Amino acid sequence: MSKIKNLGGLVTPSRRDVLKYGGAAALSMPFVSRAWAQTVEVNMLAWYGHGEPDIVGEFEAANNVKFKPKYYAGGDNMLGLIAQSPPGTYDIILSDAEFVQQLNAAGYIEELNAADYNFDDMLYDDFKKFPGHWDGDKLHSVMVRCGHLGVSYNKNAITAEEATSYKCFWKPEVKGKVGHFDWHLPSLGMMSLYNGNGAGLWDLDDAKWDAVKKATMSLRSQVGGFFDYGGTFNSLKNGEMQAMCGIGDWITGVLEKDGAPVASVVPKEGGIQWTESYCIGKGSQKADMVKKFIQYMLTPEGQVKSAEMKAYPGFAITKGGRAKLIEVDKKEAERTGQIDGMTNDPITLIKEGRIHYRGIPKQQSLEDWNDFWSEYKNA
Amino acid sequence: MTQPARKRFDAYAMTWRLPIIIWQLLFFVGPLLFMVAMSFFVVKNYRMVEAFEFTNWVKMLGRGYFWDSYFLTLWLATLATVCAMVIAFPAAYALAFKVPDSVRRWAIFLLIIPFFTSYLVRIFSWYVILAETGVVNSILSYVGLGPYTMLNTKFGTIIGYLTLTLPLVVILQTFAMANIDTRLVEAAHNLGCKPFATVYRVVIPLAKTGLIIAALFCFILSFGDFVSPYYLGGSKPPTLPILIIDTTKSGQQWPRAAVVAIMMMITLFAVAFAAISAAYAKRGKS
Repeated sequence: MSKIKNLGGLVTPSRRDVLKYGGAAALSMPFVSRAWAQTVEVNMLAWYGHGEPDIVGEFEAANNVKFKPKYYAGGDNMLGLIAQSPPGTYDIILSDAEFVQQLNAAGYIEELNAADYNFDDMLYDDFKKFPGHWDGDKLHSVMVRCGHLGVSYNKNAITAEEATSYKCFWKPEVKGKVGHFDWHLPSLGMMSLYNGNGAGLWDLDDAKWDAVKKATMSLRSQVGGFFDYGGTFNSLKNGEMQAMCGIGDWITGVLEKDGAPVASVVPKEGGIQWTESYCIGKGSQKADMVKKFIQYMLTPEGQVKSAEMKAYPGFAITKGGRAKLIEVDKKEAERTGQIDGMTNDPITLIKEGRIHYRGIPKQQSLEDWNDFWSEYKNA
Repeated sequence: MTQPARKRFDAYAMTWRLPIIIWQLLFFVGPLLFMVAMSFFVVKNYRMVEAFEFTNWVKMLGRGYFWDSYFLTLWLATLATVCAMVIAFPAAYALAFKVPDSVRRWAIFLLIIPFFTSYLVRIFSWYVILAETGVVNSILSYVGLGPYTMLNTKFGTIIGYLTLTLPLVVILQTFAMANIDTRLVEAAHNLGCKPFATVYRVVIPLAKTGLIIAALFCFILSFGDFVSPYYLGGSKPPTLPILIIDTTKSGQQWPRAAVVAIMMMITLFAVAFAAISAAYAKRGKS
C-alpha cells in the first residue's frame, strides 16, 4: 500500500496531489495545444458574408484553419484594395466574374490547375469555361455561385404582373419609393436592358449610351434613395422603398424568408447574372489550403451552404449541389426555382437567353459610367 | 539702469511644447501636405501614380454635380447650425441661470451620455422613429395625420446632424453663459431692462465668444458628416463626404477625392477664420 502511495499519490491522491498535478497540467496546456496543431490563418478578400461561420465554420473546424476576411462592396473596390496591398496579402479572393480578367491582367492571382476541380459536375456548360476565367487553357478562377438581378419589389405596391417589366419603376404610385443599390454597374445595366439592348447591354455605342442615360434620368424623380447593403435591406424591410433597382433575390431572398412581402423576378426585358468566383492570391503561402477550400465549396455540402448563405443567398451551380439542396431544403429550392422543370429555374432562364452575365462597359470606361452615376445622384 | 529683457531659447518650455508640435506635424500638417500632393497624382489600373497634373482639379471643379453637392452641403450645415443654436439656447440659458448647480452638473452629465454610444447606432435608431410605419407616424395617425416621409429626405439629414451636434452645442452654450457675471444681468434688470432685452443686450454679447465657438463646432461637424446624409438622407442628393466615398469607391480615384477634401478644408478654414475673428473682434480692440 505504501508502495502504491509512493507512486506520487496517483492512486489515492491527497488534496495537495490533486492541486499539484492539476496545476501542472493546466500550466502546460497552452504548450500542449500549440504543439498539437498550429492554426493556419487564411486572409480572405470577399463580399460580406463569405468569411462568416455559416460558410467557413465547418471547414475551419475540420482543417484547423481560421479565415480572416476583409470585405468589400463592388468589383472596382476590390481591385483598389488589392492594388494598394503588398503581394501575398490575400490568400483567397472572391471576385465578381467580370473582374477576374483584370485581376489576371494585373498579375494579382495565381494560375490554377483545372484538374483539381470537378468541372464535369457543373450545371451548365458555360460555368465550366466561364468567360474571363480562362486564358486559353490556363485557369485563373473557379466559379462557385451566382444569382440573378431583376425587378425587386414590394408585393403590396407592385403586382407580379407589373413586375414583369422594368417599366414598373416608373409607376406613379411608387414615386419617391424606388431605391437604388448604390453601384452604377447593375442599375445602369438594367436601364440598358430596359432600352432593349438585350445581350448587347454592355456594348453601347454613343447613341445607345445616350439613350441609356436619358432613360435613367427619367427615373430620377421616382427615386427615394441610394443605399448600401444595410440601407437597401432596411429600406425594403420597413417599407420605405417599394421597388429597388440594381438588386435581386440576394437581398429580397433574406427578407422573404423572414416573412416580408417582397420578391424579385427576372422581367421580360431580361435580367443580369452576378457570378462569384474564387481565385488564389498571387504569392499566397497557403495555396494548398485555399485550393482545398475551393474544392470544399464545390462539394454538395459547400454548395448548400452557399445557396443558404445568411448574408445573401445564391444559386447552387453544380448538379450535386442542387440535388443536395433539394434533399435538405426543398422549400428554398422551390422558392428560388432550383428544381429542374420549374419555369423560373435559373438555368432555364439562361438557356432561354433572358439572363445576361454582368460585364463591364465595352465602349465607355468605368469612369464614364461612374461619372454619370454621380451626375444622376445629384440630379 | 535696467537691462532690456533678452529673449533666449527656453529649453524647459520647449520640452513641454514639443509633443503637441510633433503631433500636429506628424498627424495634421504631414497628411495635409500629402493630400495636396495626391490631388495632382493620376490613377492607372487602380493604382495611384505620382505625377503633377491638374486633371483631377479640372475634372472635379468642372463638373456641375460637384458644385451642386458643395452648395447643398454648405446649406445643410448652415441650417443645422441655426437649428441647433436656436433649439439649444433656451435649454442652455435655463441651465446657466435658472437651475441650482447640482441640477446643472447632472444635466451636463446627461448631455455627455449620448457620446458614450456609437453615433452610427444612434442614427440607425432613428429608422424606427422616423419610418412611415415608425413611432412618429403612428402617433400622428391617432390624430388623423400622416404618414409623412421623413427618412431619405433633407429633414432626415438635419435630424441626424442635430443628433450629432445638439448635446455639444447645449454644453458649450451653457459653459459660455454660466461664466457670465450674474451681477451684470441683475444690474440690467434693476435698470429696467426687460427680460428679452436683457438676453439680447447683455447675455448674448457677454457670451458671444462661447456661442460662436458652439456654432462653429456644429457647422464643422455637420459639414463633414457622412453618416446622416447617407443613412437618413438616403444620399439624395449626395453631400461632399458622400461624393468622396463615391469617388474612391469606383475607380479608386483617391486623387479626385483629395480635391473634394481640399475644397472642404478650404471652406472650413474660411468659416473658422471668420467665426473666430467675429468671436474675438471686440476683445481685440479694447
